[in-house]
Amino acid sequence: MLYLANSALDAPVIAWALYDGTGETLHMAGDADEPPYASGLAALRDGWRLFQASQLLPHPRGEEFDLAYLKYEFLFEQWGEMA
Amino acid sequence: MGRDGVTAATPLLTSEQMAHFVARGFLRFDAVAPDEINARFMNEAGRAAEPAPGRRVAKALGDLLARNAIPEIAPGAPLWSAYPEGSAVQRLLALPLVRGAIESLVGADPIFDHHFLHVTFPPRYHKAADAANVSQHTHQDSTVDPRLAFDLQIMYYPHAVTRPMGGTRFIPGTHLRKVSEVALGRYQNMLGQQHMVCEAGTLLFLHHGIWHGGGVNLSDRTRTMFKIRLHPSAPQVRCWDIPERLEPAPQRPIFFLKQAPPPDTVAAILTTPEPWFEQDTGRLEFINRIKLWRYLTGDPEYDADYWMTRIENQAGIRG
Repeated sequence: MLYLANSALDAPVIAWALYDGTGETLHMAGDADEPPYASGLAALRDGWRLFQASQLLPHPRGEEFDLAYLKYEFLFEQWGEMA
Repeated sequence: MGRDGVTAATPLLTSEQMAHFVARGFLRFDAVAPDEINARFMNEAGRAAEPAPGRRVAKALGDLLARNAIPEIAPGAPLWSAYPEGSAVQRLLALPLVRGAIESLVGADPIFDHHFLHVTFPPRYHKAADAANVSQHTHQDSTVDPRLAFDLQIMYYPHAVTRPMGGTRFIPGTHLRKVSEVALGRYQNMLGQQHMVCEAGTLLFLHHGIWHGGGVNLSDRTRTMFKIRLHPSAPQVRCWDIPERLEPAPQRPIFFLKQAPPPDTVAAILTTPEPWFEQDTGRLEFINRIKLWRYLTGDPEYDADYWMTRIENQAGIRG
């Protein structure tokens, strides 16, 4: 999971998470201070398949300045053999 | 109780420190509690029993909380009389630097909300319980909180914390986002995140909204941190070391600059981005910081780098 600085796939990574369903590696909050890729495009070039990107939604009137969750979420997958 | 018993030596925060808190959501004071208070606190906190096969880690913590000397306190108590006279926490709060910082942020008569002894156990406890030893998901405390006013959370580290011990992880500048507790748990890592590695007696003052979580303890020593949440009993307006008469801050040139501007002015602090800022919402972060600064200064027209003036200008409609 990559969170980018804007909606472009070649924008810089600002946050990230990795969940390994094979069980070979365990990742958790706070386990890396540097991102695995510089951008979403770099992940594509390394063989990750993009399967979901967050929508661009208009700001509801009166809530234009409210901030909550990270806005530019991109979900990637790689398939691997289960042990 | 007000400022009874407070001497003129109680140092209040500066405007620059307050702007730092508004912008980044934290202030860190390294090794400010003396060894005597740290040792007294560790004695009052007690030691958890060594792990036993099949015993849950939460049981070890529950047993420790039940028998240690830190008191239960109901929310709503005036802070300055909440802790027993002579106890470690009472002495900690009476330190001039600590009292001055508290008063600057939440006023002279803060109210106790709750406290907790956070104990993070080393791997042998998890191994004995046959449980995974993992970090805490990143979260914002309490629940969705739409206020402009804020509560203060004091994190007290009574012993040295090394990087293998995990430490509190927090992400500067996240405090003004209105989220629902651990709904953001999927964000494992963010650019600019910090891990509390510190000497004994260090304090971390946090805005209640800061995103944080406990780091996994991979050392052989139990890690202890004590948190106290306070809330103001009056508007948090001009509580710090601020001139009686605050001159309007002149606007400074923006975007087209011949040289880098001074970095330590209030305007510069409020408009310094964090590494994780999105390119567009980072500007909304500036706006929300300015709104908080307006509340704290009581100046509804304060602006930094024209972010508010630009969007508040209705001249075209009036004309």
